[in-house]
Amino acid sequence: MSFTEILFYVFSAVLVVSALGVITARNPVYSALWLVFAFFNSAIIWMLLEAEFLAIILILVYVGAVMVLFLFVVMMLDIKVEELRAGFTRYAWLGLPIALLVIGEIGSVVWVKSQDDKALGLSSVASPAAYAADYSNTKALGQLLYTEYLYPLQLAASILLIAIVAAIVLTMRKRSGQKVQDIGAQISVKAKDRVRIVKVAAVQPETGNTVEGQS
Amino acid sequence: MNAVPDLIQPVFDFLNLPDWLRLVAWTVMTAVMMFLTIIIFMAFLTLAERRVIGSMQARIGPNRIRLFGLPYFRGLAQPFADVIKLMFKEIILPTGSNKFLFILAPLLTAIPALATWAVMPFWPGFTVANVDAGLLYILALTSTGVYGVILAGWASNSKYAFLGAMRAAAQVVAYEIAMGFALVGVVMAAGSLNLGQIISAQSGGISNWFFIWLFPLFIIYFISGIAETNRAPFDVVEGESEIVAGFHVDYSGMAFALFFVAEYINMILISALTSIFFLGGWLSPFAGVESLPAILTTSGLHWLVFKICFFLFCFLWFRATFPRYRYDQIMRLGWKVFIPLTLVWITVEAVLAVMKIGPFARLMAN
Amino acid sequence: MSANLNFVVAYPEIFVLTAACVILLVDLFVSDRQRIVTFLLTMVSLLAAAFITVQYGVAERVITFHGTYVADPMGTVLKLSTYGATALSLLYSREYLQRRGLFKGEYFVLALFAMLGVMVMISAASLLTIYLGVELLSLSLYGLVAFDRDNGIAAESAMKYFVLGAIASGMLLYGMSMIYGVTGTLELSQIANRIPGIGLNSLGLAFGLAFLVVGVAFKFGAVPFHMWVPDVYHGAPTAVTLFVGSAPKIASFALAMRLLVDGLGGAVEQWRPMLVVLAVLSMAIGNVVAIAQTNIKRMLAYSTISHVGFILLGVLAGTVQGYQAAMFYTLTYVLTAVGSFGVILLLSRQGFESDALDDFKGLAKKSPWFASVMAMLIFSTAGVPPFVGFTAKLAVIQAIIGIGYTWLAGVAVFFSVIGAYYYIRVVKLMYFDAPVDNGPIQAGVALRTVLSANGLAVLALGLLPGLLLDLCARVIS
Repeated sequence: MSFTEILFYVFSAVLVVSALGVITARNPVYSALWLVFAFFNSAIIWMLLEAEFLAIILILVYVGAVMVLFLFVVMMLDIKVEELRAGFTRYAWLGLPIALLVIGEIGSVVWVKSQDDKALGLSSVASPAAYAADYSNTKALGQLLYTEYLYPLQLAASILLIAIVAAIVLTMRKRSGQKVQDIGAQISVKAKDRVRIVKVAAVQPETGNTVEGQS
Repeated sequence: MNAVPDLIQPVFDFLNLPDWLRLVAWTVMTAVMMFLTIIIFMAFLTLAERRVIGSMQARIGPNRIRLFGLPYFRGLAQPFADVIKLMFKEIILPTGSNKFLFILAPLLTAIPALATWAVMPFWPGFTVANVDAGLLYILALTSTGVYGVILAGWASNSKYAFLGAMRAAAQVVAYEIAMGFALVGVVMAAGSLNLGQIISAQSGGISNWFFIWLFPLFIIYFISGIAETNRAPFDVVEGESEIVAGFHVDYSGMAFALFFVAEYINMILISALTSIFFLGGWLSPFAGVESLPAILTTSGLHWLVFKICFFLFCFLWFRATFPRYRYDQIMRLGWKVFIPLTLVWITVEAVLAVMKIGPFARLMAN
Repeated sequence: MSANLNFVVAYPEIFVLTAACVILLVDLFVSDRQRIVTFLLTMVSLLAAAFITVQYGVAERVITFHGTYVADPMGTVLKLSTYGATALSLLYSREYLQRRGLFKGEYFVLALFAMLGVMVMISAASLLTIYLGVELLSLSLYGLVAFDRDNGIAAESAMKYFVLGAIASGMLLYGMSMIYGVTGTLELSQIANRIPGIGLNSLGLAFGLAFLVVGVAFKFGAVPFHMWVPDVYHGAPTAVTLFVGSAPKIASFALAMRLLVDGLGGAVEQWRPMLVVLAVLSMAIGNVVAIAQTNIKRMLAYSTISHVGFILLGVLAGTVQGYQAAMFYTLTYVLTAVGSFGVILLLSRQGFESDALDDFKGLAKKSPWFASVMAMLIFSTAGVPPFVGFTAKLAVIQAIIGIGYTWLAGVAVFFSVIGAYYYIRVVKLMYFDAPVDNGPIQAGVALRTVLSANGLAVLALGLLPGLLLDLCARVIS
């Protein structure tokens, strides 16, 4: 077993543990942190596969932005996990066989070798050769995305744009009781709108008569 | 990875180290040296801050503790006194706080702040780790720094701390986008994600520095950097006049010191990165001018340090002069001004490159 | 390079995307009172898109963008119909939206992006593009359905649509991944080439096919994957219902054609039985349940489900004649459905949706002309000659008799007869019942004129179907 393989198994094991942590943690903040940890481990595994761009982008986008907002929401909402867990055993009879089925399917893809040569198993695929030292994953991805996958890339961008537009349309609306600053109104305000200079005549303390001229 | 310099080789020979260990030992040594340098730099930055702001506000600032009792440089040992004080203070764990995360949070803030320096090019040919995607590495690490702030706020189980944490989460995510877009412009101009190559792309005189053609991005990057480090005028995360001290209100002793260290190291980092991305890093502005002394025309660490100091001074200057932004104003600036501006300028840059105008013409060469 | 990136054939998509972005930006600088500018810009863009599509239409099938984009005459015709359906539905809904405070620029942007999604599906040459087109369309539609944010029913139906749509996308993706795993390619033409080599007994192919058919059925709204249709049609603002009922139907047809015919045409024996089940169930449930409805939007939703059954009949024939019939059916159905919802919009006023069947009572006394337009549309939907719906049904039934499925033709006719009951009930309400609602029709000239033309078109196409039939025959061969 080479050093890379040992690393791979170590990080995979940690990844599986942290993934389990996501679903077993009692505190949703802990779940989110386990997920962050899982992202880090998968980034490292990607790094081992010489896909450094994907690895760093995973951290940058998911750990740096998505999970921050996730934590933001989780902390604000004060979710009671116990209540969510209440139905767990009730649906376990349905979930368990499905989980086993999926594990079996993955297992059959990874390990089982069928009779004819069209095996699905990993053994039927040669492991890819290591890249040259000057191979740049970033450059390779860029070249593929902007030539072969140009059209799908633009479509995916449109989908993201429409998601933004739809989200803003649905959430940004005039509600009563909102305290929103109107910059235009603030800038265009004149002194006379705010301050009224009133000339008040001074009053003689004893008599209560107003005094004209100097006081 | 850097080759082991000849100067150190005899020491290694004396210790009879095997070849592979020499490289490892040298890398560790450079990392430790860098770490110490930055910590000391940071320590004096705190002193500089107090003295500079003091003189801007017509007061004196720390002037008591002298270095080894020397008669001049009054107050020079103030940072060390502060460190000693903080080290001996008790770290109070508030009742009802989440102990594990409470202790973890300062570490999570300090570690990325330090780890980012690994890819920093200090002088021609020297970085601790010469990573091809160095810029992405920096972006990824700086983006994880906010976890410490959020967790600190949450784990303290205090409303003020929590408010600070929530503000930090929203603010950092907002400004990270503008920052990322500003860097897209830099990457487009340099054609590389490697910091060393970004600097070399600016070589050939001050007119090739990116701050001229990417001026809006330069300004946006630096201001976003200030917002990312939660410094004034974007310090609503701490906001001592409204939420006491924000996310670290419950921290004391070394746990507080770690937040403090991380904040100042991040300031140095942003200054260094701004110098590298827009002001040519270690390049000299007088390169090629024969009549000046050699120290001014050669590129090297001194120029990088000079530029870093300039930006650090700006940090302090802003803190002394600008009133704090309100929270919604910060959000407006980030989302509605900076992000559209960077996008527009990236488009302008692309058009310039395609039309072969300005220094970006070479981008279309290959 | 240039051979693989042929931008010219994709000019329609490029134009629509650019136009949508420009409209989004222009809308930012338009005040609420001048919002009509956005509407007019959208209309001009649709017109320009039609012009570009005709100008750069291809006579032969062209595959470009590294096998992700296909341009062919069928695509050109379908795209033109999509522009027409979008333009009609936006035209009909303008006043409705204005009266309800929904007349915002984003409405038109979402509609344009939905239309772009339809166009992408029409021109999809790979599984990847199909999926992206489906998502682009679906996301825009979710947004549109929930557009009236303060309306609880609309929000609920949008949520249902979103959840079920996500499941459908999942099914589609799962099927695609299996097909990809078996054939090793995402390109539909390559998949078609490799299917003979794999053999039809491949388990992966069968599974993938089943999931794909489920996904397609979801998007069509065919029984048993029709759950979202009545709720969405009922819950969404009528203007949105109109849109959901028009252009996306063309997209579903294109989806079926690209996936099942272009890609998996070799496995027609495999997917035909699945479509037979879907078609029979759709016709049965759609027509029978529609009888019990009291809300006309809901009734038309079930009617849609039954019509989907007919479209599927055409597709499952697996012959050129069948595809032509299905295309003819889709196009004429969209025309009729747009008109029917248009009448609902015409009758609606501020605070009055006019979506209950009872609201149609005595329409003939109030407005004889629009009662007769509605009658024409309803008769056409029911498949009564001489309206176009009859021709379409006839073409589809001829196609399935052509492959020897006479019993299926019998089933189709039987359920059409059942369906005729509830369609004709609407006519009865309009002509023989006393009016309940006496409010005037407030619609403007544009809506009245175009709606009248729409009604007459249904009649004209029924009398002279040859033109459109020829067109369908010409583009699918």
